[in-house]
Order: sequence, then C-alpha cells, then structure tokens
Amino acid sequence: MEFAGILDYAVGFVVMAGIYSVLALGLNVQWGFTGLFNIGIAGFFALGAYTSALLTGPPPQGQFEDFVFGGDWAQTGGLGLGIDLWFFLGIGAAMLVCAAVALVIGYVTLRLNDDYLAIATLGIAESVRLFFLNEKWAANGSRGLYNIPQFLEGWIAPDKYDYLYVVVVLGVLAVLFLAMQQAVRSPWGRVLRAIREDEVAAEASGKDVSKFKLQAFVLGAVIMGVGGALYAHNIRFLSPQTFDPLLATFIIWAMLMVGGSGNNVGAVLGAFVVWGIWTGTQFMPGVFKDPNFRFFMIGALIVGVMLLRPGGILGESRRTARGRTAAARPPETGDGG
Amino acid sequence: MTVRWQNIGGKLPRLPRWWTPAHTAAAVALLVVALGILPVLKMSLVVNGVFLGGIIALGAIGLSLVFGILNFANVAHGDYMITGAYVAFFFIDSFLPLLGIEGQGLGPFTFGYPLLIALPFGALAGAVAAIALDSLIYRRLRLRGANAAVLAMTSLGLAIAIRGLAQIIWGTQVLSYPRESRQVFHLPLDVRIPPDSLFIAVVAIILVVSVYLLLTRTRMGKAMRATADNPDLALVTGINTQRVIWATWAIGGGLAAIAGVLLAVSQAQLLPIMGWKFLIPLFAAVVLGGIGNPYGALVGAFIIGVTMEVSTQWINPSYKPAVAFAIMIVMLLARPRGLFGGSGPG
Repeated sequence: MEFAGILDYAVGFVVMAGIYSVLALGLNVQWGFTGLFNIGIAGFFALGAYTSALLTGPPPQGQFEDFVFGGDWAQTGGLGLGIDLWFFLGIGAAMLVCAAVALVIGYVTLRLNDDYLAIATLGIAESVRLFFLNEKWAANGSRGLYNIPQFLEGWIAPDKYDYLYVVVVLGVLAVLFLAMQQAVRSPWGRVLRAIREDEVAAEASGKDVSKFKLQAFVLGAVIMGVGGALYAHNIRFLSPQTFDPLLATFIIWAMLMVGGSGNNVGAVLGAFVVWGIWTGTQFMPGVFKDPNFRFFMIGALIVGVMLLRPGGILGESRRTARGRTAAARPPETGDGG
Repeated sequence: MTVRWQNIGGKLPRLPRWWTPAHTAAAVALLVVALGILPVLKMSLVVNGVFLGGIIALGAIGLSLVFGILNFANVAHGDYMITGAYVAFFFIDSFLPLLGIEGQGLGPFTFGYPLLIALPFGALAGAVAAIALDSLIYRRLRLRGANAAVLAMTSLGLAIAIRGLAQIIWGTQVLSYPRESRQVFHLPLDVRIPPDSLFIAVVAIILVVSVYLLLTRTRMGKAMRATADNPDLALVTGINTQRVIWATWAIGGGLAAIAGVLLAVSQAQLLPIMGWKFLIPLFAAVVLGGIGNPYGALVGAFIIGVTMEVSTQWINPSYKPAVAFAIMIVMLLARPRGLFGGSGPG
C-alpha cells in the first residue's frame, strides 16, 4: 500500500477509534467512577444513533423505505444561516432521548442493589433492538436507514470525507474529555468515587447516594448517545444488526478495562488500543483472521485484565482532597488510633 | 447480602408480617381478573408457557443459588447453558456415531436415545467447566478481595469468551440435534403439546425435586444454606466454604447445561447467541422470586414462562424477551425484594 492509502486507512481508523473513545468515556462515568454495571451500552448507542439519523435524515422515499417519519433537519435545520447547525441539533436530540430513557431505568433500579441495574440495562438494550427490528414504521426494520446525511457534505471530496470528519470527532471528543476531567476533579466527582469505594460510608456522610448514582448513570448514557449520533453520521447506515452486543457493548467494556477504568486518559487509550487490536488482527494470518477467534479474544482480554492487571494499562491515578498524591501526604497527626 | 432460607424445607411459608387485609383483597381481585381472562386465553399458550417455565426454572434456580452464595450476578450463566448444549451436540453428532450409536425419533419424541446418553455428559461438562473456571479465575479474585462488581465484570468477559470458543469450534450457523418430526398430542380445549415438552417436563421435575432434597436433606445442602446466610460464620464453624462454593457451581453449571440441552430440543435449533438471549428471562425469574431464593426462582420461572407465551396472543412473538423484561421492571417498582423476599435490599 502506498503512503496515501495508508494515511486514508489511518484517518478512517482514528474516526472509529475516536467514536469508540466517546462511548468508553460514557462508560467510564458509569463504571469507572461510580461502579455502575451497564451491560446494555448497545441500547443507548442505538438510541443515540437512530434519534439523530431519523431527525436529520430525509422522509421515506422509494419503495424500500417503509418508515413514516424523517425529520429532514439536514435540509431545514440550518435555520437559514447556511451552516450545518442541524448536526449539533441532532446530537442534542440524541442526548435528550438517552437522558430520558436512562432517567426512567435509573429511577427504577438505582434505589436498589447494583445487580438490578445490570439486569435492567441488559433488558433495555434487547428491547431497543427488538423495537427497531419489529417496528418497520419507526426506522425501516431490518432494511435499515441508509440516507443518513453527512455533516458539511460537499466541502470535501466524498472519498476523502474521513479527513473532515476526523476533525469533528476529535473536536467532540476533546470537549467531552475536558468536561469529564473537570467533572471528575470536582466535588461531585469525589462523591462518585466515594460511592464506588464505600456506598455505606458515603451515605453516612450525608450524601444522597441514589441521586448521585442516577446523575452519573444519566450523564454516562448521554455521552453514549453522542457517540451513537457521531457513529450514525459516519457510517451513514443503521440497522438493528449494527448494534449487536459484541461491537456495541462488549468491545467497549474491553476498551475501558484495558485502558484503565476510572481514568479518562485510560478510556481513550483503551479505545485506540483495543480498536487497533480488533482491526489489526484481520490482517494477520491464520487463526487471528477468524472473526470468532477475535470474539473470543475480546472476552479473554477482559478476564485477563481482571486477573493480571485490574487497573488496566494506566490504572486510576490516586487523588486526595487537596490534589496531592497519596505518597506526598504528610504523616498522620495523632487524631486517635 | 443474606438469604432467607426459612422458606426452604419443613414448614409451608406463613403469611408475612406485613400482610394486611388489603393484600388479601388485592389477591382476591387478582384472582377474579385472572378467572375473567381465562376464557379468552388460548390454553395451548398457557400449557406451553409452563414447559418454557420448566426450562427457565433450571437455569434460574442455579443462577439464584450462585447469586445467593457467591454474591454476584453471573452474566455467563446463559453461556454455561450453551456449553452443555454444544457438548451434548458433540456427543450426538460426532462421538456416539463413532461407537455406532445413532438414531432419532425415539418413541413419540423427535430426538433419539443418543440424546439420553449425551444429556448427562452435557450436565457434567457444565458442572466441570463451572468448577474449573472458579478455581482458575473467581477463586483468585476472591482471595484478592475483589468486590461483587469485579466478579460480575469477569463473568461478562467469560460469557464473551465461552461464546467465542463455541463459535470457533461449531461456527455461528444454526445447528440442531438430529430429529424426526412427530405428531403433537391433541388435548381438549385445543391444547397441543409437542411430545418433547413432556420429556422436558419430566427432566425438569426430577431435577427440581433433587435440588430441593439436596438443599434440605444433606449436609452439603445445610452447609450451603449456612454459607449463604453468613459466610464468615460458616467458615469459623468449620464449614469448608471452598467446597460449598464448588458444590454451588456444580449444581448451577450442571442445571444450566441441562437447561441448554432442553432449550435446544424445544426450539429445534442450537445457536451460540441463544445463551446470552436467554439471560433476560433467567434474571427476570430470579428477580421475581427474590434474589438468592431458589424457591422463588422456581415460581418466578413459571410466571415468566407463562406470561411470555401468553403474550404472543396479542403481541409479536419476537417481543417475548421484552415481555419478561417488562414484568421484571413492574416487579422492581412494586416489590423490589421479589415475591418471596430475597436478599436484595429494598
């Protein structure tokens, strides 16, 4: 492959790894900082993607499109300003829908044991998938949506579109990353980590544990919705098969665990590393090419990390209240003991 | 997390302390509504729901036991099911024919007697795999003091790995045990029962009774109940908790494997993703019965099974998992501890 070809491939890779980084950041808020076990990422991923695609895409046309609604914001949502504002409106709508669903699921389950949340997220992911599969009027069933508009279409040659979109994805990722770093360092983030470490102690310190958990769960789901919207306008084709558990839930878990849960840099790093392994192995000879082997590998990767390096590559940097590292903390002065 | 075991063994469960006349009224009202629906119901769906409930029960009882004793949600439970189903497939399809044992259409059933030989081997494989994975992985994590979320996370990794392994060996295409089509039994009220369902029912009843006897009448059962109630106390009273855990996995993995074989028989197909898909009804049954309460899981399984089947009278059948999920959500809203009180904090 010549250099230009390699560069094209690399840019396409960064686009996908960047989208997965967004999803991993969302999961990091839920699992990494708060300890919420969401095994239905695919549900929020799909909701975000379908919401933005349906609102911005054209109404059904032609004999293969059976659904009833297309918002067509790509044509009308520029608000006459001549810029593709609709793209951000679509992302915003995706965030709202994910927030609403997460709020309901979180409200029902988060008052209870954490195990219930895991089971409920599993159920919501499957229900969302079944909905889009069976309700043809909503999003064309298994035929899928394929007229999803592109952001700033026509600004760049179609076969070089990745070069434009990579800037968009990395821009969104940077904004979310910085926001999450701020959130985690804030007192709010400290409460989340306190809940993760010891729920009873956090409750005893007067924190409304359920409320904080709900906030973290909804925030994580909202970020996943952003990831879904970014994905929809990149791939430009959505069908219920797009959101199978492997590539829409399991691999994101592997990314967070490998990179280091509880660490935003780790989430992004993990997304790039695991997506690199995932796409890289298809060029390797023999068994690595087998998609089933790669499936097995994702599971083995998670188990291996849990067993051998629970912190992932980076692990979580330990922080104390005043920003000092644990090692630099002055010796305890005698307050009992 | 402690488990209420007093419902198991001995006396019938008494009315709980919170029971008020209002509850009695609600129960009577529910009964009246149920009787009102009865004439509209297709009895065939109810009966088939009971059989589906039997399969769910085998998975859910083990899942609930693991939940109660090891304190984590084992999301690989569905994949323990397909382990059993695929090992049985290996026996029926590859190994037994080498010995000249082949056949289908035994008596009224679609399958042949090789399935009867393969079933125990499938169960054994499920139990051995569960114990092996515990010794290799979960035990180390426990010794490190890993919390429930880490164990659940690990089980997610195992679920993916097991399914990947099954796909490497057997591929992703739809397989099925060798079968011969058979006439369904016609009963009054337009009830049609596939003969295989009777086999499933008999196996399920035998296993449920065995587990009940094991939990109530044996030393190991007693030790399991003690460990579920208070692991530390059980340890200092000389109970070998590691052996208790292995026994739990053996029962859970074995039952799951048999449930997997029965599911493959009743659906006449075998797919790697079947296990993951079956998790929703399994967990719904466990939540309905109260987490950690195998007794409740049994009842929950039948409620889920019947509701899933009956719902197809009005709703697209492919929504069955969503129906199980909806029942679970309603249950969590109404009675978070489940019908019979489990260990989940309300």
